[in-house]
Amino acid sequence: MNEKMRYDVVVIGAGHAGCEAALAASRMGCSTLLLTMNLDTIAQMSCNPAIGGLAKGQLVREIDALGGEMAKCIDRTGIQFRTLNSSKGPAVRGTRAQADKQRYRIAMKDTLEKQTHLDVKQGLVERLLVEDGKIQGVETNIGVQYKSGAVIVTTGTFLKGLIHIGLAHYPSGRAGEFPSVGLSDCLRDLGFELGRLKTGTPARLNGRTIDISRMKIQEGDDPAPFFSFTENTHPLIQLPCYLTYTNPLTHDIIRNSLDKSPLYAGVIKGIGPRYCPSIEDKVMRFSERERHQVFLEPEGLDTEEYYANGVSTSLPYEVQVQLYRSIPGLEEVEIMRPAYAIEYDFAPPTQIRHSLETKKIAGLYFAGQINGTSGYEEAAAQGLMAGINAALKTQNRDPLVLQRSESYIGVLIDDLVTRGTNEPYRMFTSRAEYRLLLREDNADLRLREQGRKIGLVDDAAYALYHEKKREIERELDRIKRTRVKSSEQVNNMLRNRGSMELEDDASLEQLLKRPELTYRDIAAISPLEKPVLPEAAEQVEIQVKYEGYIQRQLRQVERFAGLEQRSIPDDLDYDAVVGLGTEVRQKLKQVRPISLGQASRISGVTPAAISLLMVALEKRRRTGGSQPKTNA
Amino acid sequence: MFDQDTICAVSTAAGVGSIAIIRVSGKDAIGIAGRLFDSKGNVKLAHVSSHTIHFGWICDPESGERIDEVLVSVMRRPRTYTREDVIEINCHGGIVPLKRTLKILQREGARLAAPGEFTKRAFLNGRIDMTQAEAVMDVISARTEKSHKAAKEQLEGGLSKATAEIREQVIGLLAGVEATVDFPEEDIETPSGVRIEKEIGEIQKRMSQLISRAAYGRLLREGIAVAIVGRPNVGKSSLMNALLMRERAIVTDIPGTTRDVIEEGLNIDGMPVRIIDTAGIRDTHDMVEREGVKRSLLALESADVVLTVFDGSEPLHDADRFVIEAVGCRKAVIAVINKDDCKRKLESLPALQKHVIVSCKDGRGLEILKREIVAAVTQEAFVRSDHAWVINERHREALEQAAESMERARRSVQDRLSPELIAVDLRDALDQVGTIIGTTYTEDILERIFRDFCIGK
Ligand SMILES: Cc1cc2nc3c(=O)[nH]c(=O)nc-3n(C[C@H](O)[C@H](O)[C@H](O)COP(=O)(O)OP(=O)(O)OC[C@H]3O[C@@H](n4cnc5c(N)ncnc54)[C@H](O)[C@@H]3O)c2cc1C
Ligand SMILES: Nc1nc2c(ncn2[C@@H]2O[C@H](COP(=O)(O)OP(=O)(O)OP(=O)(O)O)[C@@H](O)[C@H]2O)c(=O)[nH]1
Ligand SMILES: [Mg+2]
Repeated sequence: MNEKMRYDVVVIGAGHAGCEAALAASRMGCSTLLLTMNLDTIAQMSCNPAIGGLAKGQLVREIDALGGEMAKCIDRTGIQFRTLNSSKGPAVRGTRAQADKQRYRIAMKDTLEKQTHLDVKQGLVERLLVEDGKIQGVETNIGVQYKSGAVIVTTGTFLKGLIHIGLAHYPSGRAGEFPSVGLSDCLRDLGFELGRLKTGTPARLNGRTIDISRMKIQEGDDPAPFFSFTENTHPLIQLPCYLTYTNPLTHDIIRNSLDKSPLYAGVIKGIGPRYCPSIEDKVMRFSERERHQVFLEPEGLDTEEYYANGVSTSLPYEVQVQLYRSIPGLEEVEIMRPAYAIEYDFAPPTQIRHSLETKKIAGLYFAGQINGTSGYEEAAAQGLMAGINAALKTQNRDPLVLQRSESYIGVLIDDLVTRGTNEPYRMFTSRAEYRLLLREDNADLRLREQGRKIGLVDDAAYALYHEKKREIERELDRIKRTRVKSSEQVNNMLRNRGSMELEDDASLEQLLKRPELTYRDIAAISPLEKPVLPEAAEQVEIQVKYEGYIQRQLRQVERFAGLEQRSIPDDLDYDAVVGLGTEVRQKLKQVRPISLGQASRISGVTPAAISLLMVALEKRRRTGGSQPKTNA
Repeated sequence: MFDQDTICAVSTAAGVGSIAIIRVSGKDAIGIAGRLFDSKGNVKLAHVSSHTIHFGWICDPESGERIDEVLVSVMRRPRTYTREDVIEINCHGGIVPLKRTLKILQREGARLAAPGEFTKRAFLNGRIDMTQAEAVMDVISARTEKSHKAAKEQLEGGLSKATAEIREQVIGLLAGVEATVDFPEEDIETPSGVRIEKEIGEIQKRMSQLISRAAYGRLLREGIAVAIVGRPNVGKSSLMNALLMRERAIVTDIPGTTRDVIEEGLNIDGMPVRIIDTAGIRDTHDMVEREGVKRSLLALESADVVLTVFDGSEPLHDADRFVIEAVGCRKAVIAVINKDDCKRKLESLPALQKHVIVSCKDGRGLEILKREIVAAVTQEAFVRSDHAWVINERHREALEQAAESMERARRSVQDRLSPELIAVDLRDALDQVGTIIGTTYTEDILERIFRDFCIGK
């Protein structure tokens, strides 16, 4: 049998984006090839051994609801699970897990290898094959060509990666790995604009040389929360993290070595993330602080390596040794892998559509860090959507574009393609204008149907979702209709909860609206023969307690929906729109928004400009302007 | 957002003395106007046939108070300018009732139309034909240009600075709230409820200062409304004519000559002033005159400055006392003692501190009176010369709504609600402020968080 040289979809790079992309496309029935530089670094976590957190947890749950893999993989290989913000409202709770890095990687590789329609091969892609503005395939550094009408580039930090440690620097895609140089040049030759970003990672320390007795222990939650809607066990032993602090001595060491910092010496040109500064940045920018937190996170069960969260740096190795050893509990520490900063090329994401297909070359998709994002979850979310959309395209189906009002994934992609980014983009809950609607707990209610429709949600998962949904509806209806009469027993309970006693009667729903009462309380007043699923009970409680705010956000969504639905054809001639200012015109031409809603989010586009666009669109419609192309 | 809602605006220039038309368009136009409209025959706008005109009153549905006598035209879609349901309200009572009517319409669910929006709707709904599309765009951009220019002029005058400061303050506050939400594991000092409340209080104060300055801006734009009141025959119409230096109002020696409110514009030291002559106030059985008296009292209500006129050649009448009572002391009031060319019989005016003695016949005292009129408004607490910039209706409305959102946020803090819920109201406030200067803020909040807090786990 000849080797297969033609695929429906080819994915370049098996990072977090690439893995989701390859799985989605193949699960949707496309013959798919995943090509990556090194099969032993599939789904490698380049930086911290953790998945989830605020907004990121939401992304992981959404990936799961749509039928992606990340949530399942981390549930199976996590060694500590916590819910952040558990004291705040449900919309801003975030699940976070410490991962066993190696097991995560191996579990993902295993899933990929077992996937039908998917081939996983080692290979370094150097060239994209393009004809007539359409992608034709890829070519590796050893001259092998694979043909395909859909190619997804998910090369992470590897494009012209340049590692800095002190004033020393060398080309590398990630510590110990080659950079990807040819592909970067090829993209430039194809006419893509590339920019430069920077990120960094702290040292890995040998746990045998850490004195944990001087640190605060941080355990996971018990019971441990889950990311996936369908997983129900955490098979691995759970481990704690440790908290210690830097001190004035640490800060002096840093201040005295700034001349050897590539950042401060001006060697690094790329822009780094503000939310993930190096320790030298923190010390310089917040000089009044006497200490900064250092979290020591285990990298896995089969290793002594610890990740020193909070002290990423690009200072020279000898300074790193000094600075880590100035921290209480780390006096004797051995660095196993030094901290470093890395600069890399990215493609400013206003060059892609909401489907993640590039505007320039049909069938070519970008996902993950190449689009200027940072973070495993952001990468995985884009990978999933690129895989879905590449598959849909090969099947001649419309692209799947998620709305800002239904998902963080929608916010992520819309932000990228609308505004671009000039620092590594990370998701925050504050980026979502409908934050109260986009919760971890309802990711399935928001997205399962869509996952099912494209063919990524299996029967079992879909049935589970349906059952939950049915129970929520039934219980919401019941508590609305069930009235509780004033009685000694009920009033006793109310008094115990510090709640007002009943004079005559009230519905269960009215009682649940009281801040001091929980669903459990009202379920106890009027118990069901068979209690509802805990997930359903949680939904009932949230939907009743936050109804006012939820309704308010829903009204905002509705108010804006008219603009979101008004699509702008891809070939609208902005030069012919009378009255637009030059700057606005320029921006519109660059972004080419798909809807008036998106246009309104471009910085500088005023309501008046939107009015002008409306008139232009109507004019075009009446003159029977060429049929709007489907675009995304 | 753009076409589903109901819009309203004054559609003829709000000139002094002219009849103004308020136009309302959109799916709730008839419903909203119906709530304000009260006719003697109990006409319900919802039930009348299309393209009919109705006489009646605009009343405040909350207080039941009558605002203005009007003619209302009801035009149902699609045979209207915008092809939506359209209401036109012909107002007679001058600028003050006009403004109030507009405000009540907004309270009842309409919003102020954007520049050129009626025309835009007309076009989008197919009312205006293709050949006119360019013109529509011109209207939108020209009107926008004009209002931008106006806004910019105001902005340079100080509104921009003041609003930008408020915005910065809200963003700073929000950054603290958002930081507790997005970075729970950071070792950062986030604001306590008490501090947030205090901060909100300060922001509210600045907002209300700005809003009250809007009132001064309105004076500059629309003129100081100066109502001349008094019992019949004291010389109110003569005073108006003397101030205008022309025979605008009818003057006779018959008490009860003036039966309705007359308004005329004038400029004193560069300040636009609107002189409003009214019917003499007295108890009367004459139906028409009674209506006139009612209107005098209304004019009194909405004036910025009140000139209470007395006849210096006669002793104080009971009717004068009645007038003093009606005027009260809540306005800027100047007592004008007229007919100083005759022998003085009027003795004392205990209740009024400020008085000016004039004669409309020979003109004495009139210059002093003019100075006092301007001084009366400029002495009010909110007005100082460095705030002599204007803020328009739209800006004022935005600020008022922002202030309301801040108030909701304050209550949420007091109720110890979770920070993401407090953020909802703070974001609403920013949205409103954003309509005055710059519209987006997500990046600004993040910027502030990373500036103010050491984030970086
Ligand atoms: C030093 C460092 C620090 C970081 N710090 C943080 C942080 O603090 N916070 C955070 O959220 N994120 C951080 N990240 C980012 C995080 O690792 C990435 O955002 C995420 O892994 C991106 O996923 P990806 O799938 O886009 O790319 P990657 O995970 O980088 O995967 C890219 C894959 O593509 C393969 N590849 C590249 N080029 C080719 C080619 N030409 N042919 C074949 N295969 C190729 C690579 O071998 C690799 O498997 C850091 C990354 C690095 C390297
Ligand atoms: N001697 C003298 N007579 C005046 C003066 N001002 C007004 N009059 C006379 O007073 C009479 C009433 O004047 P109007 O101006 O009509 O008085 P009014 O207050 O408007 O009266 P009504 O409209 O009836 O309420 C007229 O005969 C005027 O000529 C003045 O300064 N001196
Ligand atoms: Mg008169």
